[in-house]
Amino acid sequence: MTGNTTPGTTPGTVDLDVPELSLVALVGVTGSGKTTFARTRFGPAEVLSSDAFRALVSNDENDQSATADAFEVLFAVAAKRLARGLLTVVDATHVQPDARRKLVALAREHDVLPTAIVLDLPERVCAERNAARPDRQFGPGVLKRQRDQLRRGLRSLEKEGFRRVHVLRSQEEADAARIERTRLFTDRRDEHGPFDVVGDVHGCRAELEELLTRLGYVLRHDAEGRPVGAAHPEGRRAVLLGDLVDRGPDTPGVLRLVMGMAAEGSALVVPGNHDAKLVRALRGSRVQLTHGLAESLQQLEAEEEGFRTEVVAFLDSLVSHLVLDGGNLVVCHAGLPERYHNRSSRRVREFCLYGETTGETDEFGLPVRYPWAQDYRGAATVLYGHTPTPQPEWVNRTMCLDTGCVFGGSLTALRWPERELVDVAARAVHYEPVRPFPVAAAEPGAGPTPPAAVVRDPDVLHLSDVTGRRVVETRHHGRITVREENAAAALEVMSRYAVDPRWLLHLPPTMSPVATSARPGLLEHPEQAFDSYRADGVDAVLCEEKHMGSRAVALVCRDAATAASRFGAPDDALGAVWTRTGRSFFSPELTATFVERVRAAAERAGLFEELGAPWLLLDAELLPWNAKAQELLREQYAAVGAAATHALSAATGVLERAAARGLDVGDLLGRTASRAGNATAFREAYRRYCWPTDGLDGVRLAPFQVLAAGGATFAERPHTWHLGLADRLVDTDPGTFAGTRRLAVDVTDETSVAAGVRWWEELTAAGGEGMVVKPAANLVWGRKGLVQPGLKVRGPDYLRLVYGPDYAEPGNLERLRERNLGRKRSLASREYALGLEALERAAAGEPLWRVHECAFAVLALESEPVDPRL
Amino acid sequence: MLLTLTTTGTPERPATDLGHLLHKHPDRPQATPLASGTAHVVYPEATPERCTAALLLEVDPVALVRGARGGEGFALHQHVNDRPYAASSLLAVAIASVFRTALAGRCTSRPALAAAALPLQVRLPVLPCRGGPDGGAELVRRLFAPLGWDVDARELPLDEEVPSWGASPYVDLRLRGTVRLADALSHLYVLLPVLDDAKHYWVGAEEVEKLLRVGSGWLETHPERELISHRYLARQRSLASEALDLLGGGDDPDALGEAAVLRAAEEAAAAVARPSLAAQRRAVVVELLRQAGARRVADLGCGEGALVAELLADPAFTRIVAADVSSRALAGAERRLRLDRMPQRQRERLALLQTSLTYRDDRLAGLDAAVLVEVVEHVEPSRLPALQRSVFAFTAPRTVVVTTPNAEHNVRFPSLPAGRFRHPDHRFEWTREEFRRWAADVAGQHGYGVRFAGAGPDDPEVGPPTQIAVFTRDGGDAA
Repeated sequence: MTGNTTPGTTPGTVDLDVPELSLVALVGVTGSGKTTFARTRFGPAEVLSSDAFRALVSNDENDQSATADAFEVLFAVAAKRLARGLLTVVDATHVQPDARRKLVALAREHDVLPTAIVLDLPERVCAERNAARPDRQFGPGVLKRQRDQLRRGLRSLEKEGFRRVHVLRSQEEADAARIERTRLFTDRRDEHGPFDVVGDVHGCRAELEELLTRLGYVLRHDAEGRPVGAAHPEGRRAVLLGDLVDRGPDTPGVLRLVMGMAAEGSALVVPGNHDAKLVRALRGSRVQLTHGLAESLQQLEAEEEGFRTEVVAFLDSLVSHLVLDGGNLVVCHAGLPERYHNRSSRRVREFCLYGETTGETDEFGLPVRYPWAQDYRGAATVLYGHTPTPQPEWVNRTMCLDTGCVFGGSLTALRWPERELVDVAARAVHYEPVRPFPVAAAEPGAGPTPPAAVVRDPDVLHLSDVTGRRVVETRHHGRITVREENAAAALEVMSRYAVDPRWLLHLPPTMSPVATSARPGLLEHPEQAFDSYRADGVDAVLCEEKHMGSRAVALVCRDAATAASRFGAPDDALGAVWTRTGRSFFSPELTATFVERVRAAAERAGLFEELGAPWLLLDAELLPWNAKAQELLREQYAAVGAAATHALSAATGVLERAAARGLDVGDLLGRTASRAGNATAFREAYRRYCWPTDGLDGVRLAPFQVLAAGGATFAERPHTWHLGLADRLVDTDPGTFAGTRRLAVDVTDETSVAAGVRWWEELTAAGGEGMVVKPAANLVWGRKGLVQPGLKVRGPDYLRLVYGPDYAEPGNLERLRERNLGRKRSLASREYALGLEALERAAAGEPLWRVHECAFAVLALESEPVDPRL
Repeated sequence: MLLTLTTTGTPERPATDLGHLLHKHPDRPQATPLASGTAHVVYPEATPERCTAALLLEVDPVALVRGARGGEGFALHQHVNDRPYAASSLLAVAIASVFRTALAGRCTSRPALAAAALPLQVRLPVLPCRGGPDGGAELVRRLFAPLGWDVDARELPLDEEVPSWGASPYVDLRLRGTVRLADALSHLYVLLPVLDDAKHYWVGAEEVEKLLRVGSGWLETHPERELISHRYLARQRSLASEALDLLGGGDDPDALGEAAVLRAAEEAAAAVARPSLAAQRRAVVVELLRQAGARRVADLGCGEGALVAELLADPAFTRIVAADVSSRALAGAERRLRLDRMPQRQRERLALLQTSLTYRDDRLAGLDAAVLVEVVEHVEPSRLPALQRSVFAFTAPRTVVVTTPNAEHNVRFPSLPAGRFRHPDHRFEWTREEFRRWAADVAGQHGYGVRFAGAGPDDPEVGPPTQIAVFTRDGGDAA
């Protein structure tokens, strides 16, 4: 029996240990009391009973013809529970080996430990129980047959794969049994560090000593001056990612130091494939003495027998991987996909030691490793080693810390939770690699080019990162749901039209108009904006002119090196400029020219310097509007204008002649003449957008916010700060940048409010689109969550282009006032929060898929049906 | 929108008899409420010598929008459009309801007059006429002149102040002729929707008979009767859904997206002619897949599923994945392939899924072959590396077939202006040299071999219209 059946803490009880995450099989003949046992010791949802599933599929829990269907469903439920990491108990007789085999297979499939609890009660007891139940009238042969089968199988349960087996032989034993749920060896979530996680050492004792010293550890030496332990004055602990041994000059020295640290609690260690192979060799198994194993054995040969025994015991005790820091950190040797975290099976251990290979070999005869990290979408950070890499880099919250010390690279540690890298250079090339190890410091082009297997691509986006119904967790607006059909619509737009997702750190949110005005002839008026912010408790607002352009986001890198290292330099460009839907405004050539202009101005204005950032992301308006909408102007507005003008002037002519004949067409004539006037006003409104542009001539950018720069976001800086930076760009290069006129308004001050209204009237009377009113402080919280980041107040003439030439006719305006802003407001808030989330994730250097998820969600929300006139 | 009808009189037949024929008194303006707004009939002149009736449809723009359903197509163009002004199908509906008896040729007070040809002038100051190959005015002439009208169609400029924009899609039309009033109205009733725009919907044969009844007496002999039937029927379909919309009505499950419809119409037209280039291309691709011995195949960018239908017809293909980035296209494929009534065994061979070739999609793994028929040219050059990675590194079937236009062949298309692409969404069109270079690069990077083929007539000078690359994974030669 492998299970620990220990006297219970309460007198008269016995504790049965059951791993916290396991698949528990209750084994026992009918009438042995399994169901009662399970009910009193496990949660109701944890127990899946074959009787209950028979009833579910057939209405009769004793209908044996339903057994196959019942088990199919039971196993499906069990599989879902195990995939979610939930302990599951299967209540069925399990007297036949075949039934148990399926259970063990299911446990293995989910990398959890199968456990058996056997109720081997005397036949008489079971028979009496069955006799008491009118629905259980089997012949006496059934019980006997089951019991014989059980007896035969009892001895081989462990061989069948059960890792814990508890046998209860009497009702008294069963009554006394209590379940003790034990933690998995890998579960060290209660250890919070801080840690210093060290990559593959491979017998490089001197470098390890140097690294530990640099990290602040104080080494302890034995009488012979050999380091035998270390402690950190601040209580930090080292985590060694395995492959302590082989290849290097002093494998025993490394082991001595690390074993000492582990013993005194200043180090945690996970095993590597070399460590595992060394144990087998030391135990006398026949293994090939390749890849530096011979050196290790030779070095250990010089040590005392007692030390070798300690080494075997130590390496044997290591657990495949460790889950640390509340589940936020997973450490192991060769990496670990999320589905294996805190699981235990041979497969998990193999993955931890060797990683996954594709089955192919490279030109050096080494196995090609499957790039599991590219697919990694887990929440925990995974630190691992195993694959020598010239420079550690984050790939989807994973990092490989093996920097090839033994091959002449360096020994690297990552400080957790600080995420700072500390490394020491190798003192020599201790071992010549089979595959040339690229040295990061080598002159570009001088060293060997890294083989394909080493070049990693962290930027693979999976379709499953964006499609289907999705819930995006945001820090400013909680969980935001994207509906499946909206994601489907966004997929097409994103795939066919958007710029490279590596550029696309942000999509601007939609903006709501003000509440509808009741003033005659007007649909929108500033006072509703001021009222709205006053109600939200925002007193200071900033009115900004609404440019007659298109919303644009511009990303600009200071230099090509930044573009390459931070963004992978899609298209070999220094940046990109895109629309609200992620589409590039210009051809690649014009983009390059335009980005260069922005970059040069930002450089001269000292923006990179001041923000301490190698790249800038600007929220802006690109002028003029027809840069994007030339076709819309011609095909739509000009055509409507032409049709309206000609049709209405002809109609007015007809009606005037009818009136001249004395017919009563008064109302109709008046309406038609008024509409003819509207048509003229409509044409004047769109003609304001028709300044000619040729290439980039006449195209200007009016920035109004710095969305992000390097590792920082600025949503909480006041708008005057943002516009101050924008002004410097305008001053530096007025040909490329346009300023944004603005007026500060105190909504609690009548004079100030009146000035705001007057300013809007002047802007719109001069042909302007209107203005946008924003909380002066920028990101503001109100009683009901995020305050709208801006409200647009559009001018009456501009609205003709939105609502049609005749919208302001009294009969039309009355009906249009019934517009409902609720949806638009909600959409604006959600998109704003998603946009901020994208920025904050990008600034924090999170993996591309995490940033893309938010940008994609903004685009998906844009396909929600909302009145496009708002 | 406005229509005027003018006739001149003689001492025996005063022009004001027009009022009898139209069943509208010349001295009494009348207003008739319709679903789309109010139809007014007034007579700006009414003398025995000359009488003009004006039908003025005052469209209610707000109601027009309110009736429109949300969701797909709920875009700004529904709010700012020419419908209140241009003589569209809405005017045809108004003619049919306001001048119903005149359109039927009935007139109890002047039966002889209704049967007689009269000197008539018709004016439509803003008549939409999109989509004629030789410009709108020419199309208008081709439609009206054979019916005995003297046609004066003047193109209206888009904007007098921006002459560089050229002509608008409208003409100011004046017709003059001696025609029975009922015929004149029936000409307008049929031809206004025809001219309205070029949105086609495919319809069944019984609809054609219905049109022939409406246009009886003139349509049978009209030289443009095919164009008229096609476009008229197309409009009927959308009229039906418009009417539904105005009633606040539901969802027309058969209304395809515009692009899909255009494609369907193109193919329907092509089916009549010789096998189209698309059909030839499909035949070549299917043959290449057969030669490769592929059984599990994916059509990446399947569109409406024309190729998928051919693959289904061959039992050698045991698993067919029809994938497209457009969920609309997939819905179209679902309809076109009649998925809902496909036999179970056939249905099990087929999977329709939305995917994007710039993302990695593990559902596409484990295939023998993937085809990208006229797909790569719809992808921005800067996004091609992502597509290549997704197809050749992740999906990585043994065989990949890529077809794309051969830009050199474009000179052989007389209707294609020099320097223009074959489709407005094409991001590029490659010469044979460019395509071969790209294909060789891709093959080299991902461990494939590549050979080339073509579809359509192989022109000795400029090559075939479609160029094809067949990639085979190294060590993965056809079993």
